[in-house]
Amino acid sequence: MELTLERIEHKVGAQTWLHPLDLTLVPRAVTVLLGATQAGKTTLMRVMAGLDTPTSGRVKADGHDVTGMPVRERNVAMVYQQFINYPSMTVADNIASPLKLRGEANITQRVLELAKKLHIEPFLKRLPAELSGGQQQRVALARALAKKAPLMLLDEPLVNLDYKLREELREELTQLFAAGDSTVVYATTEPTEALLLGGYTAVLDAGELLQYGPTAEVFRRPKSIRVARAFSDPPMNLVAGTAASLGVSLAAGVNLSVPLPALGAAAVSAALTIGVRASALRVHGRDGDVALPGTVELAEISGSDTFVHVDTAIGEVVVQLTGVHQFALASSITLYLNPSQVYVFDAAGDLLVAPSFGER
Amino acid sequence: MARIDLDLAHAYKPNPQRDEDYALLPLKMSFADGGAYALLGPSGCGKTTMLNIISGLVTPSHGGVKFDGKDVTTLTPQQRNIAQVFQFPVIYDTMTVAENLAFPLRNRGVPPERIKQRVGAIAEMLEMSRQLDMRAAGLAADAKQKISLGRGLVREDVSAVLFDEPLTVIDPHLKWQLRRKLKQIHHELKLTLVYVTHDQVEALTFADQVVVMTRGRAVQIGSASQLFERPQHTFVGHFIGSPGMNFLPVDVAPGAPAGATTLGVRPEYVTLAAPNTAGAVAVTVTQAQDIGTYWLVTATVAGSDAIVRARLSPDQPIPKAGEAAWFGVVGRHTCFYKNEELVA
Repeated sequence: MELTLERIEHKVGAQTWLHPLDLTLVPRAVTVLLGATQAGKTTLMRVMAGLDTPTSGRVKADGHDVTGMPVRERNVAMVYQQFINYPSMTVADNIASPLKLRGEANITQRVLELAKKLHIEPFLKRLPAELSGGQQQRVALARALAKKAPLMLLDEPLVNLDYKLREELREELTQLFAAGDSTVVYATTEPTEALLLGGYTAVLDAGELLQYGPTAEVFRRPKSIRVARAFSDPPMNLVAGTAASLGVSLAAGVNLSVPLPALGAAAVSAALTIGVRASALRVHGRDGDVALPGTVELAEISGSDTFVHVDTAIGEVVVQLTGVHQFALASSITLYLNPSQVYVFDAAGDLLVAPSFGER
Repeated sequence: MARIDLDLAHAYKPNPQRDEDYALLPLKMSFADGGAYALLGPSGCGKTTMLNIISGLVTPSHGGVKFDGKDVTTLTPQQRNIAQVFQFPVIYDTMTVAENLAFPLRNRGVPPERIKQRVGAIAEMLEMSRQLDMRAAGLAADAKQKISLGRGLVREDVSAVLFDEPLTVIDPHLKWQLRRKLKQIHHELKLTLVYVTHDQVEALTFADQVVVMTRGRAVQIGSASQLFERPQHTFVGHFIGSPGMNFLPVDVAPGAPAGATTLGVRPEYVTLAAPNTAGAVAVTVTQAQDIGTYWLVTATVAGSDAIVRARLSPDQPIPKAGEAAWFGVVGRHTCFYKNEELVA
């Protein structure tokens, strides 16, 4: 399905929950809605589903205006954070319910196929309450998939699961989405989840749609500091600087030679912000690097990566190192940065320079 | 502060027969005085049972608990002199932040001058100095949880401070900050801390020693590096890391030590190799995901259904889905297992 939102705005009382936005979802692909809590992800999804009518603007499905058409008259599947199933029905009946509602044939067969796909076949005769959280959410997902709806909306479906289950289910969902025909919208607060899902990403912040495009492209070329902040985990390191003849000057006499685009007459000494992804900082120097001595404030270990918080002359920065590395609090460390790896944003926060990739 | 020794087993139902009847299988372990420990595992692994046995909320069905060599098995948490922090804030809404922090000290009859000093110091550490006179009721959930943490840490004379998933209600952005605070506080106060969590980041960041648990058993006690580099049990390899360690039958590549049945290699240590390189296996790529700063490539080993994931740096040509490639899986970081236990 091609879903188009035209100048959608949503207000509740005096508060604006969604600022006017235009968005056409890429059909039969996954679109990730990425943003912090309260960014407007759920509000936007409710408008897409027809659960809420926007204050102004139009919602179009395959070119037909469906603004204000209630959700039950549309063919939309939804999955929520909470594991929502019919508590008094068996797992099999839960999955079968949308099929029965539409009077479809071969229901037993279809239920079995879906249960197999989601690895809940052994539990078909149980009640949802007799299952673990992960299994309950699999039932809700199977029921949503059973609808074969052209539009499938998932609102942080894995957030209430342990990270190992999340990994497993995300992997399976990615494959199911790729194999299906639905236009999928998937809300998350986690940048890494957006990257793992791939597809397209719409970045939301404070009720505004900031950027929409292929996920990896939005990640590589965030058009503003706000997008970069929303789409980085750990947060992108942002450091104030000024334009200099040969690049950017930062605090404490640190200079980075970055070719800046023509900035006009006011260029020299214009206020800029440089952005450095945690993964662009290293602990081993290479040719052309700038060295940044500092002290370790904390090393956070994720199991696959170590995030070292370091106090340096240009401020506190976070470094991402692959694997597990241990650092004592307050120990000395030198970080290295290649100037070709930095982002430069202008005083308004808009992107001026992005690093070139594939050349690292 | 105390050294804690456990030599026990626990079953919630009477007459346990099989392994499944035990919440904690027989175990013997010690927590050093002043150490920072995490109990890490999925739900139902026994970590909360172990914490409750240390605190005195649960009496073990078999064996006992010693604090500094003294048997405390039948003593209450108060008699054991334990401070606890729970998942959700446990504070008095009608009191100010300062009164909340002072409460555990006042209860123990600490002199007012000393109370003032301690409350000031803890508030400083938690960056709540400016909120001291505010009533707790008006604060956000994470600020309230910070008070709970402060109440757990305010007394210097406790045997241990126990945390049960204390950052659950905290916003992800603030979690960074609070993890650092906890680490700094441990560094400064040298308290014996035991921290229960299902989150690997919290466990690995916070603790000097992490106890990884599954199905009532502590399968490894070690530092973050040890758990990452040398998982003693396949469960540890799987549970630590996202994605976890790859496990392959040893016959996919020559050179396995005698007796080993399974080869374990982390995605971070799988390399792209030239065809027929020693220690490499032929694979067919099933998925290549661009994770922005690296690629996650999933492949099946030719002639088997074994799956290998590789985390590859983007400064090399990345094979696409459907393509054939060679993955280096045997190197100095490769581990070998027999019956789920590390053998080499």
